Amino acid sequence: MSVGQVLLVAVLVLPAVGAALVAVLPGERAARALGTAVAGLTLVGTALLVLGDHGWFGYGPAPAVQPWHEVDLPWVPGLDLRFHLGVDGISWPLVVLTALLTLLCCGYTVRRVPEGRGSGRALVALLLVVEVGILGTFLALDLVLFFVFFEVVLLPMYAIIAGWGGTGDDLPARDAARAAARKFALYTLFGSVLLLVGVFVVVAAAGTADIVALTGGAGLSRGTQLAAFALLGLAFAVKAPLWPLHTWLPDAHTQAPTVGSVILAGVLLKMGTYGLIRVAVGVAPEGARWAAPILGVLAVAAILVGSLVCLAQDDLKRLIAYSSVGHMGFVLLGVATLTATGIQAALIGNVAHGVITGLLFFLAGAVKDRAHTGALAELSGLRETAPRLAGLLGFAAVASLGLPGLAGFWGEAFAVVAAVERGGPLWTTLAVLAAVGGALTAAYFLRLLRRVTHGRPSPAVGRFTPALAGVELTAWVPLVLLALAVGLAPTLVLGYATGPVDALVGIVR
Amino acid sequence: MTGLLGAALPVVPLVAGLLGLLLPPAPRGEGAARRAAIGLGVAGAAGALLVAVLLLVRVGDPVETSTTWIDLGGLRVTLGVRLDGVAALVAVAVAAVALAVQVYSVAYLRRGPHDDVDVDHRYPPYAAQISLFTAAMLLVVVSGDLILLLVGWEVMGLCSYLLIAHDRRLPEAPAAAMKAFLVTRVGDVGFLLGIALLGVSAGSFRIADVLAHDHSTGTLTAACLLLLAGVAGKSAQFPLHTWLPDAMAGPTPISALIHAATMVAAGVYAVTRLYPLFTRAPVALAVLGVLASITLLLGALAATAQDDLKRVLAWSTVSQLGYMTGALAVGAPAAALFHLLTHAAFKALLFLAAGAVIHAVGTTLLSRMGGLRRSMPVTFWCTLIGLGALAGVPPLSGFWSKDGVLAAAEAAALDGTGPAPTWVGWLVWLSGLLGVLLTAAYATRLLLRAFFGEPRLPLLHPHDPPAAMRWPVLLLAVPAALLGLAGFWPPFTDRLRGTAADVDLVHLAPAVLLPIVLLLVGAGLAWAGWRRDPAADPARALGPLRPVFARAFRLDDLQHTLVVRPTTALARVTRTGDEVGVDGLVEGVGRGASTLGAGLAVLHRAALPRATAAVLAGALLIGLAAALIGVSS
Repeated sequence: MSVGQVLLVAVLVLPAVGAALVAVLPGERAARALGTAVAGLTLVGTALLVLGDHGWFGYGPAPAVQPWHEVDLPWVPGLDLRFHLGVDGISWPLVVLTALLTLLCCGYTVRRVPEGRGSGRALVALLLVVEVGILGTFLALDLVLFFVFFEVVLLPMYAIIAGWGGTGDDLPARDAARAAARKFALYTLFGSVLLLVGVFVVVAAAGTADIVALTGGAGLSRGTQLAAFALLGLAFAVKAPLWPLHTWLPDAHTQAPTVGSVILAGVLLKMGTYGLIRVAVGVAPEGARWAAPILGVLAVAAILVGSLVCLAQDDLKRLIAYSSVGHMGFVLLGVATLTATGIQAALIGNVAHGVITGLLFFLAGAVKDRAHTGALAELSGLRETAPRLAGLLGFAAVASLGLPGLAGFWGEAFAVVAAVERGGPLWTTLAVLAAVGGALTAAYFLRLLRRVTHGRPSPAVGRFTPALAGVELTAWVPLVLLALAVGLAPTLVLGYATGPVDALVGIVR
Repeated sequence: MTGLLGAALPVVPLVAGLLGLLLPPAPRGEGAARRAAIGLGVAGAAGALLVAVLLLVRVGDPVETSTTWIDLGGLRVTLGVRLDGVAALVAVAVAAVALAVQVYSVAYLRRGPHDDVDVDHRYPPYAAQISLFTAAMLLVVVSGDLILLLVGWEVMGLCSYLLIAHDRRLPEAPAAAMKAFLVTRVGDVGFLLGIALLGVSAGSFRIADVLAHDHSTGTLTAACLLLLAGVAGKSAQFPLHTWLPDAMAGPTPISALIHAATMVAAGVYAVTRLYPLFTRAPVALAVLGVLASITLLLGALAATAQDDLKRVLAWSTVSQLGYMTGALAVGAPAAALFHLLTHAAFKALLFLAAGAVIHAVGTTLLSRMGGLRRSMPVTFWCTLIGLGALAGVPPLSGFWSKDGVLAAAEAAALDGTGPAPTWVGWLVWLSGLLGVLLTAAYATRLLLRAFFGEPRLPLLHPHDPPAAMRWPVLLLAVPAALLGLAGFWPPFTDRLRGTAADVDLVHLAPAVLLPIVLLLVGAGLAWAGWRRDPAADPARALGPLRPVFARAFRLDDLQHTLVVRPTTALARVTRTGDEVGVDGLVEGVGRGASTLGAGLAVLHRAALPRATAAVLAGALLIGLAAALIGVSS
């Protein structure tokens, strides 16, 4: 096995073994620290995946997916299932983002565990299991394996929301958290059923589950492609989420503990958009062409509805949760254009949203932990009592509203540019509406800042002390720097994406 | 080397700003953090000024450097500068005003004798945000790429938001800051779409590529009109001008920065940067001409009736911006830039002098000032120069630059020299002439109300400001008085005109008498009104129109009724629809499934005899079905 293959397997085995060890080892603090160390090692492993040969062979008959490293082992020979992993320029940024956010969440949990709930080390163990599932989803190059990893995430996430979610530890709070977790699990299970059917429609028609071989249509008939795209597209639309399939998200994000919200918004949603790009568009390009206008219209509806709901929202965490609907709308608009510009915008929008919304949820959690409330009406004057926290919240909000020069800008602006590039009355209208959505995004974030940071301190905020804990800064600073770095050097994310994206666009045309 | 200087121009204040943000935000007392913040802020602005002056000396033919920033699906975004004489001149103006503001703020934001005990000015973030603001404007000035320009453009909007909301004692400041950011952001929707159209059409966002590409007429007209939306937002053109007067909630040095050299100048500058495109889109220029005329008169009329010293100056900025965009509409970008530079000098001077007045008397209301001429002689003379330049008194700077605009409009009206239709020339020329009269009237009124007559707050003992505030004002008075004469100096005019070397910047023709006569009429009207009763406001002559002008034709209310309220109502409806409609459906499905399950469970909860009967009936049915299928196959 080459180094790359070892790394590919290692980044899945490490957190899996780590989760088991964290769960059984004695010693609460030590177990949490061990989990953090494992997450750190995993991050190093994912970062090292970039090493190696990135030669892109775009000429002549070449597969549209050309992984840098690949592991292809027989898994269930009787059913012709293979354990096929690989990483390329489309998946690598998401893989690193997943490992980074997991590390930050584990590190945060070493010191901060939601009060009156389950033990911290169980939370760390579950976070690591979630990491295995998400990394597996991004790395899988076999449809059945992809589905398996896609499902691995579901139950640990359910447990995180139900076990550690809610505000306070009284009974109604626990019930609300459980209800939100149930809704999340059932709704996304509904999507998973569609995904399963879609996967088997493709596998039965093509006779293989290998994504590399399937990308480009693999001789599937038009009818099969339309059916496959409809099923897969719906499944991923639930996960992403696409309006009007989004209503599991506000409850889940609002009720989840801080680290749960960070992982949910930061990387879990990306499984939907990644699946859409890699699996749905790749496997059923004709279906993608057919469904693109519908997808585009719904994406823009998501942008507008998401930002309008945020404008009338009165809870801090719920507002940030709904903002994800709008932001993912921009990502999905980029995918829907099916142009190289649009898909690259979607890729960078994915990563930027993960970084920025992760940071926003960390900060919202910090505000909520201190004030014991998330109601905007009870929060004001944050900059008087905690200027640094207010400054960071301002930075995250401004990054999230797509200020040029910060990470959020590229994805949103170039989704609009891609729609303009696509041309024609429909896409031009969509571009205009999406740009208006950008202005509405600014409106609700400025309203949030005006409510929370300006004015006289409310009683809840008056108790704040200016200092930030070390563990908080350690968790936040990498995200702040990343939001700045990706904004100034988008090549960090898109540096290796040109080849794979051009190949993908080539098969759609 | 020149390219490197161009890159250093925004980087120097950017580094100062970023370092400044790392300082502790709220030091108690006048600590080391404040001194470090002052040092960083002043050093950043001074460094930028030095680089800008070097650049101005060295710049000759346009210099262009660029490297690829990112390539998004065949659309190239570059990282580079595009330097010419205009960029260097505007950069010098920006850096000079920024330096003046940094120095002035040291004294202005110090705990004064009138302040509460625990006033905490939070100086480090304030100075750092000014540095960032300067860096963003300089980025707009030197940028060689539309996306890079957009970065500076929007960061400037953010900095204005932060700085307008700086004063935490003013309850209206947060709303004003939010309004400034949002109104300009609404304009930027158009700006982004315009950039997208141009970039997609040219396949690159580099300004040189965009200018060189042969766009179709439809694309060009649409793109230019869309760009104008952004320009209207930043340069406070009707109907997106509403944020500028409210932005007075910011500290006075910030008003000087926003009104003179940054922010409002950016829109006009961006149009001159892309002017070759606009000359090929006469429809866009005609629209710009209409907007310019409305803005010019609207601002001037509103300025005549304000009682707040800063708001008079704010509306005068709106009006003067109308002159600049009017010059652009009649095909005279050099005249627009000339007026931009002189305006930067005299408006910065006026705001900083106004800050000295406010500092001394503790109010911004003209109705509580009066007679300051004797107690604040330095401030009085500087304000006199500033107002003279604003009104266009020869030979002060504003006279020459405004005359340049009027001459260009006259030529466009009478000889049809402009790229836009002749009627645009007439519109701009006539409104410009009327504007001269109005400007003279409100400038005279301001001078008389604040500095002449009897003091209306007799208990106060106002005095000229301390050195850190006095020197920036005095130094700015020099260009405010003399910059107009630079129009006769070839090195200056060559840099300003760029490639269009055949245009004259200053005109000494008989037509110049017309604005002078109008100036005298306007000033005379205000003086006569004041003379009749020095204690009363000359604006009372406006009669019933006075409250209308004072509220600027109630456009704010109109904007609130037509945009803000429908949007918030729509937001509430959408939220309800999303929660009750979409989510209600989902919850309904869930509840329906539970109810169905419960019903089935009830059906299955049967006593033994009935259960046995059911099992037997089922077996019978299956047996029957098997028999039937077996028979038929």
